Amino acid sequence: MLTKRIIPCLDIKNGRTVKGVNFLNLKDAGDPIELAVKHVDDGADELVFLDITATEQKRKTLSRLVYNIASKINIPFTVGGGISSISDVDILLKNGADKVSVNSSAIKNPNLINEISEKYGSQCLVIAIDAKKVNSNWIVHLMGGKTITELNLFDWAIEAEKRGAGEILFTSMNNDGTKDGYANKALLRLSKLINIPIIASGGAGEIYHFIDVFKQGKADAALAASVFHYNEISINELKKKLKAEKINVRL
Amino acid sequence: MNVVIIDYDAGNVQSLKFALDKLGVDSILTKDRELISKSDKVIFPGQGAAKNAMNKLHVNDLVDLIPKLKQPVLGICLGMQLLFEKTEEGNVNGLGIIKGYVKKFSEKVKVPQMGWNTLENLESKLFNNINEGEYMYLVHSYYVPIVPETIGISEYDLKYSIAVKKNNFYGVQFHPEKSSFSGNKLLNNFLKL
Repeated sequence: MLTKRIIPCLDIKNGRTVKGVNFLNLKDAGDPIELAVKHVDDGADELVFLDITATEQKRKTLSRLVYNIASKINIPFTVGGGISSISDVDILLKNGADKVSVNSSAIKNPNLINEISEKYGSQCLVIAIDAKKVNSNWIVHLMGGKTITELNLFDWAIEAEKRGAGEILFTSMNNDGTKDGYANKALLRLSKLINIPIIASGGAGEIYHFIDVFKQGKADAALAASVFHYNEISINELKKKLKAEKINVRL
Repeated sequence: MNVVIIDYDAGNVQSLKFALDKLGVDSILTKDRELISKSDKVIFPGQGAAKNAMNKLHVNDLVDLIPKLKQPVLGICLGMQLLFEKTEEGNVNGLGIIKGYVKKFSEKVKVPQMGWNTLENLESKLFNNINEGEYMYLVHSYYVPIVPETIGISEYDLKYSIAVKKNNFYGVQFHPEKSSFSGNKLLNNFLKL
């Protein structure tokens, strides 16, 4: 039986891992490759690396980092951050990334989703959506939350699926960094509307949050950052607890 | 030992090279017919769309070569699916080494299947030291039904072939290079064939 996945996320800035609260107040969280190896040994099912560096040298630095990560780990990993063209995707996949995560560029140019999935297949394309609940509507935001759009989370996820996205990574900005649990109601609604895997992100703080996101939110995978980096939750322990709750995981 | 990975722009082959490096084996990525023919082991990787892949194999003049290979050949993911006669993915003809059609998963399940699934009914040296119930990483929308050549089964919306073997041709639906320790064992077994 297919298992639910636990995915540590590493936010990368200038080659280091960082973590903030509600997208602000970034703190250093260590060397990305060391952290990645630690997570693999602890039982992570996949990894996500989001590059939040904004410099011209960025692409070169990122592709070198991706190459170094791929040489050290033997589980799938996704790379995201500022991917805006087929050639960006090409460089990352050639250097060893398994999937790319596209956010803002897909909203500015939805055709990019079709282009990537036609050339490389849906399986390598994750569409990341940052959304915030504003007056009972889930509104999509850009630029790490700095820019508001007119798009609704659910409409955009449906369109992304139609255009060829292989997975949706939904981050609830209301929950991100709060450690109060995932946005399970929105996740459940999303799971009824689309038929591609959903990665839940934003809000993990306790082991029961993961139980809830799979049981109530019906997510296919749960992503978290600081609880894993700072050893607040061991992935191995977490998976044992999930198994005890009859949630199918790889142990 | 001399291992080649068939080069036809099949997405992420870097990870496969890294996995072989870690097993202490040098591999080369090539589309050269002679190098492929003379190598001890051939890996036929795969990722992406079937039509694109077959087009690339035609352009690189490899379609007639692969079925004639005599050394152990390992098709991975799309590489396994293309060993068959035909796939529903774009109604494309495969290499026809094994009889049968590749089909799409139904709408009852999420497509693609993405993640870790278990191995059952294993019957080949390819699975030495690998236990029933071990997990491998899969990403695919199309599947190989159970055929006489099936040497391993998994289950999603139905039971399907996770591995096949015909003579010197082996195919695995999962990505051994991404399947952690279990995947390493499989690659190691293939190298020992």
